[in-house]
Order: sequence, then C-alpha cells, then structure tokens
Amino acid sequence: MNMHSLILRTAGHFLLPLLLLFSVFLLLRGHDEPGGGFIGGLVAAAAIVLYLFSMDIQSARKVLRVDPRDVLGVGMVLAVISAIPGVFRGEAFFTAQWWEFTAPLFGEMKLSTVLIFDIGVYLVVIGSVLTIMLNLAEAED
Amino acid sequence: MMMSVALPVVLPLLFGALSVMFWRSHFAQRSLGVLGTGAMLAVSVWLLADTWEHGHVVMEMGSWPAPFGIVLVSDMLAAIMVVLTGIIGFATALYSLSGIGKMSEKFGYYPLLHLLLAGVNGAFLTGDIFNLYVWFEVMLVASFALLILGGERAQMEGAIKYVTLNLLSSMIFLTAIGLTYGLTGTLNMADIADKLATVEDTGLITVIAMLYLVAFGVKAAAFPFFFWLPASYHTPKVAVSALFAGLLTKVGVYALFRVFTLIFNQDVDYTHEILLWVAAATMLTGVLGAAAHYEFRRILSFHIISQIGYMIMGLALFTPLALVGGVFYIMHHIIVKANLFLISGITFVMKGTHELKQMGGIYRTNPMLGVLFLIPALSLAGLPPLSGFFAKFIIIRAGIEAEAYWVVAVALVVGLLTLYSMIKIWAEVFWKAQPEGVETDDVTSGPMIWMWLPVIMLALMTVAIGLYGEPIYQMALMSAEQLLDPSQYIEAVLGESRP
Repeated sequence: MNMHSLILRTAGHFLLPLLLLFSVFLLLRGHDEPGGGFIGGLVAAAAIVLYLFSMDIQSARKVLRVDPRDVLGVGMVLAVISAIPGVFRGEAFFTAQWWEFTAPLFGEMKLSTVLIFDIGVYLVVIGSVLTIMLNLAEAED
Repeated sequence: MMMSVALPVVLPLLFGALSVMFWRSHFAQRSLGVLGTGAMLAVSVWLLADTWEHGHVVMEMGSWPAPFGIVLVSDMLAAIMVVLTGIIGFATALYSLSGIGKMSEKFGYYPLLHLLLAGVNGAFLTGDIFNLYVWFEVMLVASFALLILGGERAQMEGAIKYVTLNLLSSMIFLTAIGLTYGLTGTLNMADIADKLATVEDTGLITVIAMLYLVAFGVKAAAFPFFFWLPASYHTPKVAVSALFAGLLTKVGVYALFRVFTLIFNQDVDYTHEILLWVAAATMLTGVLGAAAHYEFRRILSFHIISQIGYMIMGLALFTPLALVGGVFYIMHHIIVKANLFLISGITFVMKGTHELKQMGGIYRTNPMLGVLFLIPALSLAGLPPLSGFFAKFIIIRAGIEAEAYWVVAVALVVGLLTLYSMIKIWAEVFWKAQPEGVETDDVTSGPMIWMWLPVIMLALMTVAIGLYGEPIYQMALMSAEQLLDPSQYIEAVLGESRP
C-alpha cells in the first residue's frame, strides 16, 4: 500500500511521535475535561495508521513492536480489573478508589481506578482498530 | 455487602478478557474456558444460597444509590436462571474441548463464549431497564459472531435473518424504554413499578406493555415472531447451538416474566389474556413445524418454540401455581434442550450428517447413547417420572384450576405431538437399520470423552429433577411468591431511599 509520496512520508515521520504524545495527553486530560481513553486510543491508532499509509505494513508492525491483539487483550484485562479494588474496601464493584499523595516536582497527585479503566479502554481501542486495519492492509496486498 | 450478586457477571468478563490476552495458546484458552465457566457455576450456586436465605440480594454498582445508579438485583427467579446459565456454560465448555476445533478457537470462540455468558447473566441480574437493553445487545453481538464461526453459506443466511429480526426487536425495545422514561422519569425497574401505580393514563401503559411484549416476544421466539429461530439454530457448531438453545430464548422469556409481573400488573385481564393466546399459538406452531422436518437440529429448534409456549402459558395464567409451573418448566427445559442438541453433535460425529433419513442403527452399535437420548427426549414429551412430566403436570393443573380449558387442551395435544416427534427421531436415528447405499463417514477425531461427559451430566440432572423434585419445587414456589408480590422487590431495591 506504499503511496511513494515524499511529503506524506516525511510528514508521517514527524507526526507519529506528536500524535502519540497528543493521545496520551487526551487520555490523561479526560477525567474532568473533554478527552479520555476512547478518543485518545483513536488518535494513537490513527497515528499508526498514518504511518502504515506512508510506509508499508512491515514497518508499521515494527514501529508498533507488539501484536495489536496483545494490546487488545491487555487492555480488556485492565478494564475489568479496575472494577475489583473497591470490593476489598467493602464497597460495591466499580466503586472508584482514589489515592492521593504528594510527589516531588508535581505537587499533589491523585490516582484512581478510573484511570486504570481509561487506560484499558485506550489499549482496547488501539488494539481493535489496528487489528482490523492491519488485516485489511494485508488482505489487499 | 454481598458480592455474590455481581460475581456471575464480573467473572465471565474477566475470563473473557484473559482468554483474549492469551489468544496465542489453545491450551490456555481451553483451560480458561473450563475454569471460568466452572467458577461461574460455583458463584452462581453461592448466589442461589444467598438469595434463598435473604429473599433478595441487591448491589448498587459503583456505589451510586438507586434509583439513580444501576443496581444488580437477584430474586429467586434470577438466581435460578443464573445457576442454569452456569450449568449450561460449564457443560458447553467441556463439550467444546473435543467438539469445536482449532479454527474456531483461532477466531475467538472462547472469548465470545465468555462474553455471551456475561451478557446472559447481566440480563438476568440487572434491575435497570436500560441496562437490560445493553445486556441484550452484548448478547446479540456475541451470539452473532458465534453464529457465523466457520463461515459457511447456510450460516450466513441464518445469521442475517437472526440479526435483522433481533435488531428490529431491539429498536422496539428501545422505543418502549423511551416511552416508559417519558411517563415515569426513571429507568430503575423497581422505581418504574412504583411510579406507574400513580400514573392515570392507563391506556398508554397498555400500549407500552404491548411494545415490550413484541420486543421480548421476538427474543423469546414466541408466535408470531419465531421464524428467525429455525432459520438459524441448526447452522452453527453443535456446541454453539446447544448454548443458544439452552439460554438465549430463555432470556426473552425471563424478561417477559420480569416485566409482566413487576411492572405491568394493572390490567391483567387484558395483557395476560393476550399472553395466553400467544402461548397457545406458540405451542401449536412450534410442534406442527417440527412434525414437517427431517433434520435433527431443525426438529429440535421447532420444539424450542413450542416449549416457549408452555412457559408463557404459566405466566399468562398468572396464578401462584401457574407461575410455579412456568419457572419449573424453564428449569427443566434448559437442561433437557441443551442436552438434546449436544447429543445431536455426538450422532453427527458418528454418522457425518444431521439428516434423519441418512442415519440409523446407532442403538445397535451404541445402546448407551440411545438410553442417553431417550432420557431427555421422553422428558421433553412429558413422560413420568422425568422432569418434564412434573413441569407439564403443574402447568396443566394450574390451567384447569383457572378454568382455561381450551388452552389446557392445546397443551395436552402439543405434548402428544412432542412425543410423536421424539419417537420419530428415536426410530430414524437409533432404531432403524442404517439405510443401504448411504455411506457413513465416521469423522471421529480426538477423544470423545469430553462430548460424553456433559451429556451424561445433564441426563443425570433430568432424572434427578424428576425423582427428587421437592427442593426444585420449593425454589419455584418461592420465586412465584416473590413474582406475585412485587412490593418485596421494590422494597429490596429502593429500601429506605423511598419517599
């Protein structure tokens, strides 16, 4: 599926890290403001797909390093696991748990099971979109 | 805090996710399949014990209080259904060890199996009408993918009918939910039931009730919305058929039971009279359809429909005894029907076909399988002392007490025709000699022990329900009492938060 476009290829090289960074930004921002795991995952998947269009399947797989189906599986497990911690505190499943602590440089930080769920969604979206895209690209070759 | 009500939903989700993670290893997926369904069966028994003790087990998901958050509620009916899901899920997972093949596993059979079971359990346990819709969709997605595993032409044809009709039913369901929300301003089922009592526009309530009847009628394959079922259930792998036959339509029946006892109990003379006609028509069309067919699984599919009629009849009569009969019937039917489908898989391995005309002589070569077939088959037809006899007996007795003689007559005739159908299968597959000129390609591959084990297990259960029916009857009695007194359910869910 190589398009042999110098502009696209150069732009793809530059955009890939930027888009990935942006997707993580969206993921972390998503708790209180627009964003979140789903949209972040879509942006990250779009970054890889752009790379796939500008280069070829092998290099896209190489830049991904792992099989997208593994990403999918890990994401699903994370999403389900995030439901469980509440139970150990005697609360219902899916009850959000918060940990507050002070970290050097950043000041006061909050971590929660909601974030774990969002990261899970992020990975599931990346994994499923890329599984589909890579399979389609391979079918075309 | 009672965890037991959430575990039957969370566990299959967790095991499903794990089996996606280990998609490379067939061994890991199979082990997770057996372990996951086994664990699910264990927690569902725990839930049944909890429910037996406390009456209702409620958990507010994410600690959001009802009626704002989503609650999981288990009453006796829901707990019984969850246990049955555990039994059938476990039996199917065992059966799949030698019955499903590496190709299907590669395309995600086990994750889909877990997802389907999570959807079924979610639908049984949720106390929120919109959440019920979501679980229906989860089930639909998983079942569609399972239906087309293998990708044969017949499967695609069946799957398209299946999906189209089920999507239509989902749309009607969604419309009904919208109207309900407009009328009461809530989606929590207990809260809806509470608020509907004060609504004056009873005409609109009846309209909504009919919308729910159509939506769940399609899911349950009730007359006249049944035709997707015989078009699709005979096409997938046998393990998948058995799972569908045991569980999917029963989710529709369960939803009818829930909605038409808890929410729509104002105008029983009207709504339940319609249900009674639907029940009678469903029984008749199912059994007549079966009489015309000569394909093993198609006959069984049509019998699912006619059996659904008995369950709806139990609901429609709306007396304590009738509801006991309906619940008892569901318990008996799920086990028996799944077992018959599993047996059709074993005969398929022996003869390489599902066509009755090309089979024969299995009783001579394998008398054990003949006996194993006769147990669920005669139970389905309602012969004593098997489980089906008591199920039919209770329902027909309830019909006589309610003086609905015509529907009792229909039920009796249908019972007789069911016997005819089962004897037809018995005679063609097991008794008559192998027809000459037809080759039997013995497709035995790998150990068959995993196919036999669940069949024997389920057959023993059928006999046990027949011989020691008392505890089962007590459970059905308790669920019927709860169904007829919705205030218990409302009290358990809303509790002190009620104004």
